[in-house]
Amino acid sequence: MKSFGGKALFLDRSDINTDEIIPAKYLTEISKEALKAHMLEDLKGFDPQAPESRGARVVVTRANFGCGSSREHAPWVFEMNDINVVIATSFARIFRQNMFNCGMLAIELPEDAISKLFRHNDGTAEVAVELRNDTLTISSGRGRETVPFQIAKFDKALVEAGGWVDFADAKY
Amino acid sequence: MKVYHIQRILPTGIGKTILHYDILHIIAEEESESIMALTLSEKIFKSHLRDEPFPGTKVLDIDVVMCHEITTPIAINDLVARGKDRVFDPDKIKVVIDHVTPAKDTKTAQQGKILRDWAHRHQIKDFFDIGRNGVCHALFPEQGFIRPGYTVIMGDSHTCTHGAFGAFAAGVGTTDLEVGILKGVCAFREPKTIRINVNGAVPEGVYAKDIILRIIRELTVKGATDCVIEFQGNVVRKMSMESRMTLCNMAIEAGGTSGICMPDGITVDYLWPFISSEYPDKKAARRDYRRWWSDRGCTYVRVIDIDVTGMEPQITSGYKPDDVKGVSEMAGTPVDQVYIGSCTNGRLEDLRIAAQYLKGKTIAPSVRGIVSPATPKIFRDADRLGIIRIFMDAGFCVTNPTCGACLGMSNGVLAPGEVCASTTNRNFNGRMGKGGMVHLMSPAVAAVTALEGKIADPRHYRKEKLR
Repeated sequence: MKSFGGKALFLDRSDINTDEIIPAKYLTEISKEALKAHMLEDLKGFDPQAPESRGARVVVTRANFGCGSSREHAPWVFEMNDINVVIATSFARIFRQNMFNCGMLAIELPEDAISKLFRHNDGTAEVAVELRNDTLTISSGRGRETVPFQIAKFDKALVEAGGWVDFADAKY
Repeated sequence: MKVYHIQRILPTGIGKTILHYDILHIIAEEESESIMALTLSEKIFKSHLRDEPFPGTKVLDIDVVMCHEITTPIAINDLVARGKDRVFDPDKIKVVIDHVTPAKDTKTAQQGKILRDWAHRHQIKDFFDIGRNGVCHALFPEQGFIRPGYTVIMGDSHTCTHGAFGAFAAGVGTTDLEVGILKGVCAFREPKTIRINVNGAVPEGVYAKDIILRIIRELTVKGATDCVIEFQGNVVRKMSMESRMTLCNMAIEAGGTSGICMPDGITVDYLWPFISSEYPDKKAARRDYRRWWSDRGCTYVRVIDIDVTGMEPQITSGYKPDDVKGVSEMAGTPVDQVYIGSCTNGRLEDLRIAAQYLKGKTIAPSVRGIVSPATPKIFRDADRLGIIRIFMDAGFCVTNPTCGACLGMSNGVLAPGEVCASTTNRNFNGRMGKGGMVHLMSPAVAAVTALEGKIADPRHYRKEKLR
């Protein structure tokens, strides 16, 4: 299984849609690699060159992340930038499923737990995800905290199988 | 015992936008143990259940897997790379090139080629290429591919449109699509059902688009996540299939997995050319479809009653589809482009509505008008009825059927700072072109906005008779 965790990128807004994550004009690409340079390109206020954006491995954000278009290019552009965990108050259904289908993690936490994570947004925050006991630990200049999370058994099985194609191919 | 959360939305007066909310809690009768009352969506889940690998996860058999050239080629390439270039059933796979067509560059030509070669390789007979192609969610129903009780998936979020036929139709990503193509199955958390009762007298100048925008404002962009939105009530019962498709199309903008309507006589009339050999008469078809209806006493997670009497045309103002206002609040806002088309409002009924306002008039010189009939059949019918001529005489550019402009891919991309009055489904920042602003509205509002060059209210205009 892949390892999950690393430097956190905080996106402090709700309802970030997949058009903002990867604009439609790049949907003409037929390789995932070609998407890499365009992550969050239409998200107002996001600067990919800013020190806090570079080298991120985990996205921490608010409610209804990944709404709108079904494009799996959204999880892929994260994957191509070595981000394989998104932690949010809630997800749009298709984006959430796409993450797990790709063997990536979409972790939902209650609003107060997300706010707790946001308090670590000092540019140095790191998140470590422990799938064996379903906890994540955030550490920054402001300290260290461990938060439990829940993911559905099916979603966990997808992550363990490396995605839905392998899972379904073995089973159906 | 089931607790319903019922919300009533009633207009306080004609032309007013502030509505009165009366929230009631009703405790329903004890559920009978012998008869399990199910919603339409639950009936479909029950009848299509292949597996329940974990509690709460249902793997369904899929009746129709639909494919277009944007989200399918990567699935095809992955299947080839895995040495699994197979399809579960070529007759259950429907394929169209619709997002950028004709191809605008090498990349889009390649996407078309991958899809075309794959469709031919697997003898998929329902493949729609240039000349026969149209916007997927208008074309596939028109071809009779959707039936009540079906399960439908596509790598496209507006797949929820097909729920208008009483089907469970869900947009999925490329991986779900890939498994659908290979195995004919898809996994879901079983959605709960939200019921919307639309009642009252539909005012002049108000259409299905206004009603669904009003509903999204109520639900918000995440209010229906992991839910099916069931549309009921007198207004929906009288609606054409086109209007029901407009309603269901935008279920996803409230986060809904599928929209859904009860299949009735209007559904039978629409499908009759495709089902006439299956039933002795329409009455028999109606009776058969009745079995899919949500049972009396079934469980809804939320019920909203909307009385549309006195409602004004609705329009979006910001960058989210739930930023909805009455048109009077937005009237006078200048626009650079008016777009009429898409899977939301590119059908014959929509073109006819717009043409009634445009007939014998010309659009403002400051505006670029673009109309894209959603399928070749719609184009041909609109031509036969003189509607295409009305658009052209008014100064509209008539494009071939394509999704292009709606998502800023082709055929009407905005420049930064430009404003588009659009009958499409998403007003996200940059959706129709980076730096552009989109206001979502009905074809009626779009038509009169084109005449004025600024957002206008169709209730102040006379509709002309069409032939």
